[in-house]
Amino acid sequence: MGTLVQTLASSPSTLSTYAVGLATHEGEAHAASGVTAYAWLLVALPLLGAAVLLLGGRRTDKFGPVLATVLSWSAFVVGALVFLAMLGRGAEDRAVGIDLFDWVAAGAFKVSAGLLVDQLSMVFVLLITFVGSLIHVYSLGYMEHDPDRRRFFAYLNLFVAAMLLLVLANSYLLLYVGWEGVGLASYLLIGFWNYNPAYATAANKAFVANRVGDFGLSIAIMLMFFHFGAVDFQTVLGAAGDNANQGFMTAIGLMLLLGACGKSAQFPLQSWLGDAMAGPTPVSALIHAATMVTAGVYLVVRSSAIFEAAPTAQLVVVIVGAITLLFGAIVGCAKDDIKKALAASTMSQIGYMMLAAGLGPVGYAFAIFHLLTHGFFKAGMFLGAGSVMHGMNDQVDMRRFGGLSGAMKITWATFGLGWLAILGVPPFSGYWSKDKIIEAAFIGEGWRPWVFGLAALIGAGITAFYMSRLFFMTFHGKKRWTDDVHPHESGLLMTVPMMILAVGSAFLGLVLGATGGITTWLEPVTGAEPEGAHPVLPPWLLVVLTLVLVAAGIALAWLRYWRDDVPAKAPAGSLLTQAARKDLYQDQVNEALLMRPGIHLTRSLVFADSKGVDGAAGGLAALVGGTSSRLRKLQNGFARSYALTMLAGVVAILGALWVMS
Amino acid sequence: MTAMSTVPWLTILGLIPLVGALVVAFVPGSAENAKRMAIGFSLVTLVVGIIAATQFDRASSKQFQLGEQHSWIPQFGVSYALGVDGIALVLILMALVLTPICLLAAWHDVPEEAGPRGGQRVKSYFALILVLETFMVGVFAATDVFLFYVFFEAMLIPVYFLIGRFGGPRRQYAAMKFLLFSLAGGLIMLVAVIALYLQGPGGSDGFLIERLTGLQMDPTTERLLFVGFFFAFAVKAPMVPFHTWLPDAATESSPATATLLVGVLDKVGTFGMIRFCLQLFPEASEWATPVVVALAVISVIYGALLAIGQTDMMRLVSYTSVSHFGFIVLGIFAFTNVGHAGSTLYMVNHGFSTAALFLFAAMLVRRRGSKRIPDFGGWQRITPALAGIFLIAGLSGLGLPGLASFVSEFTVLVGSFPTQPVAAVIATAGIILAALYILLMYKKVMTGPKPEGLVSEREHDRLDEPARRGLTAVRDLTTREKLVAAPLIAAFLVLGFLPNLALNVINPAVDQTLSHVQKAIPNLNPAGTVAEGSSK
Repeated sequence: MGTLVQTLASSPSTLSTYAVGLATHEGEAHAASGVTAYAWLLVALPLLGAAVLLLGGRRTDKFGPVLATVLSWSAFVVGALVFLAMLGRGAEDRAVGIDLFDWVAAGAFKVSAGLLVDQLSMVFVLLITFVGSLIHVYSLGYMEHDPDRRRFFAYLNLFVAAMLLLVLANSYLLLYVGWEGVGLASYLLIGFWNYNPAYATAANKAFVANRVGDFGLSIAIMLMFFHFGAVDFQTVLGAAGDNANQGFMTAIGLMLLLGACGKSAQFPLQSWLGDAMAGPTPVSALIHAATMVTAGVYLVVRSSAIFEAAPTAQLVVVIVGAITLLFGAIVGCAKDDIKKALAASTMSQIGYMMLAAGLGPVGYAFAIFHLLTHGFFKAGMFLGAGSVMHGMNDQVDMRRFGGLSGAMKITWATFGLGWLAILGVPPFSGYWSKDKIIEAAFIGEGWRPWVFGLAALIGAGITAFYMSRLFFMTFHGKKRWTDDVHPHESGLLMTVPMMILAVGSAFLGLVLGATGGITTWLEPVTGAEPEGAHPVLPPWLLVVLTLVLVAAGIALAWLRYWRDDVPAKAPAGSLLTQAARKDLYQDQVNEALLMRPGIHLTRSLVFADSKGVDGAAGGLAALVGGTSSRLRKLQNGFARSYALTMLAGVVAILGALWVMS
Repeated sequence: MTAMSTVPWLTILGLIPLVGALVVAFVPGSAENAKRMAIGFSLVTLVVGIIAATQFDRASSKQFQLGEQHSWIPQFGVSYALGVDGIALVLILMALVLTPICLLAAWHDVPEEAGPRGGQRVKSYFALILVLETFMVGVFAATDVFLFYVFFEAMLIPVYFLIGRFGGPRRQYAAMKFLLFSLAGGLIMLVAVIALYLQGPGGSDGFLIERLTGLQMDPTTERLLFVGFFFAFAVKAPMVPFHTWLPDAATESSPATATLLVGVLDKVGTFGMIRFCLQLFPEASEWATPVVVALAVISVIYGALLAIGQTDMMRLVSYTSVSHFGFIVLGIFAFTNVGHAGSTLYMVNHGFSTAALFLFAAMLVRRRGSKRIPDFGGWQRITPALAGIFLIAGLSGLGLPGLASFVSEFTVLVGSFPTQPVAAVIATAGIILAALYILLMYKKVMTGPKPEGLVSEREHDRLDEPARRGLTAVRDLTTREKLVAAPLIAAFLVLGFLPNLALNVINPAVDQTLSHVQKAIPNLNPAGTVAEGSSK
């Protein structure tokens, strides 16, 4: 207790801060400047907001949402100050560790709670606090008329706190707290309108699928403690390279990947993300597009030292990424629900990031870069979708949209920039991040570059098709509105955040990508791109091929969803379309393999427990009790008198002993 | 081995609630008054317990502290000997914290009857809970094996009456089942207790734990004695397949009784495994480990699956405990200091966690008049605060990081993995099942459309007369209920982020116990990791 109080009350000088070097790149000790020592405020401020709003109850109804928004922006300010302090130091001195308090000391298992502020976590801090705060502002408008909006903002603050803890934690165990913390916030927000039973089910599905992933993360941490005797990044990642017992590293890597698959909705744990769209749209933008679902990518990149010591695990990461990027893209082509189409797209784009993260040092920086640009353009598009829904009586069926570009000019324009960015049209953001991943996927030897490269390349074409389909069905072509809607542009609280994110979608790639700024920034954490790694096809050809495929995708979508009339009722479609509509039968597979057998097992166990085990144990007890009668005779009094006699006997013996003494 | 205390703290701790029970039961006055006095006595006990805890020196090399020893039946070697190590101390403190919470939650458990002596039933209910508190202190504090046995059996008496007199419709059956199972275990243990004495050095204090530790025994004898003790503890814990008394006992008894039964009394089983099975019979414990670990893992998975399938809220909660006790036993039989510390902390955390689940569920049951989960639905709409604390209790039950139960569950798994990797991995799958049983229950009880015919009291007040017709107002949390919930939730958070408050006391005791084991099994590696010395 004393440690915590001391820590919380202390001046920066009493906090132990130190420079840390991870993985292959050791940094030299450097004293942290004042503001960095306050990095814990990043977690504390939004957490305070959540606590005040939840404990304060209705008293905080009036000012709660604004307070939550202010606290989120305050976290951004702290993040920006810490970032500026970091910029002021040389590249090798930027990583700083901050000890907070001794957390767990159970026998040999000792974990202290502390933060690791380095280039990688800083990228996330800025993304989370900036996009998160914008979405707080947007929600002030979007949730204006919801009677429970105080609870909504409390959960949003809780999410921001947990997400920041996830990326700032200095050990896998503390990361786990943030990891399940964001899962909890996600559960609460997906089920925010849980008076709709389907939404409550969606929330449960998300939590349980994530728990399957967390099973993996737990085992990974257990393996780490067994092998390294510690679970903090510095010890584990520092020892992962030289001490590599490959079997262990592979096991740890695969288990970490399982965790990442749950959180990031990667194959085979992807099924929850589509249903998660039950949450209010700002939630989909923040949690299920920009930040939380990308945590799996963070985990893999953070653990790069482990994966580099385990080539098999690395290969599996790439395979999972490739499968998911195609899976999501195919599903995205068939969805008529605008949010579910965007969710499929998110899954697919995270597949790109995961693929890049599995490629090793050639891919890490671009995985994170794409995560960053995606955070902007996808969040922007989700907010745009929310704005559309706002104007269309909360409808989500794109077959009843069309021609909205006139009615909602700002939404159309900002969404359009996001669309260009995700397509990878130069010079918009996605071009700088996604094309680099495609290029990296073509690097390597043997069959791999061809398989993974082509998957990434084809994925780009499909992406262009389904995103254009979405964009055209919503904003162009004929109006297919139901009679009761009167589309209108949303208010400034909603459109300003959309505009800011659109600016990011347009220029972030240019600013950070064209200058090479992001790769240089991350290099101390992710390692330098190896010299002489060339794709199997010349880069210019890859760019041309990508652009040709993208153009083809746009053209096809234009033909079918802009020029031609879109039927208000979905046509039957091909077998592939039908499968894609049903998410390639993911739920059916899960039900057949897991749910139904599980229900049968549970039911038969409940039956067996009440009849078999109870009967046998009851019989045994009755036997010991000196009667061979069956358990049901208990009720007739015989057994009771036996038992009481026995008890009385014991008491009598004890009493006799007492008297004898 | 025992540091004697000049003040008989532990005797005082046991006596205060006993005196309280007599006062509550026999001093004339209203039932309300009696309830307040009961709470008062339990709070005084808690304060004295905290003062006693400050006298505990965790740097001491003696295994037991705050010791007392008096000759009781010297002809048979029986002493009245009390003392605590860190493990016993945290369990006693947990019991002392839970008792006033349970008494407060039990306020309306027993309706006052009409007539001049109508309050007597209420008084005896509260008095019995105080008697139980006395025995809970005694059973954890006994450092004489026979005295432990006496408390172990004596606990049955108040519990039998608490279940049988103040329970639900099938209370007689449940009380009897509880008694039969417990006596079956207890009698076998009695034989083992006496046989153990005959193996020991004898003499007027021959039943003291310290005299019986490190005995040289013939392996067969040691194994038989181990089985005698273990069986009683496995019934009490309860482990599959000796668990079937628990769901009946828990669902038929009042919520406060269920809490103390599952939260504290059942811990005597797992506590006994550490104190008696491992310390007195280390070789036999190692011999039995494969079977025990298998049973533990089966308990984890089986209990969780059974919990998923329940339709009665109280039965569901008690099956989750079967699962959780599996974790505790796994950590104990992992023979690592991490596993032991984790299991001990788990015993404490599970006490608070289960209390929250039982007592918060009971708040729902009282409002609805039914324990059946399908009778609920949509209650978050009418009782949002109750839904909130119910969710927190559930999240603690499923081991959410940030709450106390996560630390202990994870520590048990980390500590079991080095010696029992397969078991640890299977048990880890239990966290998925835990998410299922908690969240499915929450969904069925709290989510969905607003229940028909019920409105929140707030809304009821706002409606005018014709609109109110046919609607029943449901109160959200009362002040008393908030007082029940607050300390439990505070415990989740404090022990979630500062588990060292307990672990710093537990660790030395774990090392003591394992050093006894290590004398018999020299190749034991208490740290468990392969990375000897590489840890910082």
